[in-house]
Amino acid sequence: MSFLPQIVFLIIFGAAGYILAKRVKFLKRNILLGKAETRNDQSENRWKTMLLVAFGQKKMFKKFIPAILHLFIYVGFVVINLEVLEFILDGILGTHRLFAPILGSAYTVAMNLFEFLAVAVLAACIIFLIRRNILKVERFQKPEMKGWPALDGNLILVIESVLMLAILTMNASDQILAARGVEHYTLLGTLTFSAPLKPIFEGMSDGALIFIERLAWWFHIIGILAFAIYVTYSKHLHIFLAFPNTWYSNLKPKGEMANMPEVTNEVNMMLGIPTEAPADPPAEIGRFGAKDVNDLSWVNVLNAYSCTECGRCTAECPANITGKELSPRKIMMNVRDRAEEVGKSIDSGGPGLEDGKSLLGDYISKEEINACTSCNACVEACPVNIDPLSIILQMRRYVAMEESGSPAQWNSMFQNMETSFSPWKFSPQDRFNWAESVKDEEMK
Amino acid sequence: MSTYKVPTMAEMASKGESPEVLFWVGCAGSFDERYKAVTQAFVKILNKVGVSFAVLGPEETCTGDPARRAGNEFLFQMQAVANIQVMNGYEVKKVVTACPHCFNTIKNEYPALGGNYEVIHHSQFLQQLINEGKVTLKGGGEFKGKKITFHDSCYLGRANNVYEAPREVIKALDVELVEMKRCRTKGLCCGAGGAQMFKEPEPGKKYINVERTEDALATGASAIAVGCPFCLTMMTDGVKNKEKESEVKVYDLAEMIAKDMGI
Repeated sequence: MSFLPQIVFLIIFGAAGYILAKRVKFLKRNILLGKAETRNDQSENRWKTMLLVAFGQKKMFKKFIPAILHLFIYVGFVVINLEVLEFILDGILGTHRLFAPILGSAYTVAMNLFEFLAVAVLAACIIFLIRRNILKVERFQKPEMKGWPALDGNLILVIESVLMLAILTMNASDQILAARGVEHYTLLGTLTFSAPLKPIFEGMSDGALIFIERLAWWFHIIGILAFAIYVTYSKHLHIFLAFPNTWYSNLKPKGEMANMPEVTNEVNMMLGIPTEAPADPPAEIGRFGAKDVNDLSWVNVLNAYSCTECGRCTAECPANITGKELSPRKIMMNVRDRAEEVGKSIDSGGPGLEDGKSLLGDYISKEEINACTSCNACVEACPVNIDPLSIILQMRRYVAMEESGSPAQWNSMFQNMETSFSPWKFSPQDRFNWAESVKDEEMK
Repeated sequence: MSTYKVPTMAEMASKGESPEVLFWVGCAGSFDERYKAVTQAFVKILNKVGVSFAVLGPEETCTGDPARRAGNEFLFQMQAVANIQVMNGYEVKKVVTACPHCFNTIKNEYPALGGNYEVIHHSQFLQQLINEGKVTLKGGGEFKGKKITFHDSCYLGRANNVYEAPREVIKALDVELVEMKRCRTKGLCCGAGGAQMFKEPEPGKKYINVERTEDALATGASAIAVGCPFCLTMMTDGVKNKEKESEVKVYDLAEMIAKDMGI
């Protein structure tokens, strides 16, 4: 009978692990819907970028107040997870506060730190909820945030708050029981942050308190496992993916557009430049540019899954600021939604990519991609180095090269460039006319 | 007295000479009525300082930047490969240009197609000339003590991390450099990049250049300094839109230096 909680715990823990493993496989497959791209160069720089940007939150600190609040939640998440290790071991071994006798008085210090962080996380979550729902910070009110994305953001904050309350409740009731000398409970030093909750529970019987303490314990550990699974369905995936995402950052100058070597041979032939036939001609020539999620690089799709919809990109986008349809955040959300749709379809034996839909057209409009000034403000703003511009430019390539569907004025510009080698319609013979007046002028 | 010289690479090659630096003029620098003055100002500075330079003249064509940003990779590469052929033919080693779009394309995108040069923007070139004492500024010209604000071009700033060179050039003029609330990495685009220069904006509530001009006007500056032909057009139009053209002027950095040098 006494083994029952351990068996129940192991079943829950195993089930959560199984579901998580399946979800990770699903996400990995979806990310790899994107085309192969090798980004393993400059590994020292990549580790450095990851340490600074993801681990060190460097770019978050462009906005100080949210950065500090976010830091509380981030540190809280990382540190409190150390306590979860004890939870898991207690759950498996049927012990209670396994580490307390080992660590001695240091255990009380650690508990106080965890409690401080729990309170800080709770405060940060409440302030974030206020910012989203009462102060209505503008970047959370954009059209792409309606419905599930807004609910998702709020749910995460509420779940985190409740989990923190569970820790404090557990510690308060646990210490009352310990003070009463109830078996199994270990009396620690003063726990500063849960102590104020004690008066709520002091009038209760031992039985009621044990029930509350156990309930809070189970709620916290099951809550964390459930949250871990929830995260894989949510924008909150950034807590894990920010690390690989920054490791795979684009380390080239932001202004450099990726080359299309598949075009160069034809260009050389047109210009009468002798070219060697490519050593290994690609088995299958894909389309130029990107129409659907599989035309993008897998890094673009990883970017999409790493996006936590904070909207700093959109808030800095000159097109969005002046009321155009384009929102870089929406581009990222669309890429993820399309990858999810295709992935689910494949898993249910459906048509997958051949469902008659595509990223460009069904999710993203030409008006959106045509509004981009390629100014890189979105790329600069992203706290985890997501690159929405790369996706926009790949779609423009599809429209121009596969559909000849660029705006009429761009088509005229193309024509000018073909005939007079300038985007404007000037005669190439006049290109050097500007020098005439200078050449006649006496040098002072 | 001699006149200003604008040698071409072809002329120099025929004499068996090669200049230290190729001045890449760009399409706006060659054809845009307003921006030709910037090209001329920069050429005068080069003459005055005695820099060994040449231009491609009629042999220059568009770098292909707007075609590439608008998605036409084939047309971009046609332009790029042809330009690289010409430049490699003249064994060009170093390129200076006043256009951040040409700068970015030649510096970052030509290497993949076989064009490897040292490329610098004219703001960096001017800063070097000033630091080396080759350009001596009188500092008493029309800008002395005036408030000047600098508009960061996206293709110079975020695209290539050049933020300080243009500011150093302005500061050398003995002016009060005032920053807009959105500057450097947070600088707002003028609205012309990504081939927007060549089409009407998509439907929206406001023109981007007007939004940006409001930032510039809010500083109280009497002149807006830019380092890009597209920004020059967009900011000039923005100032006109706000009916401030009699009070606030828009200049390229080279024009400001040339004015101060009295040339």
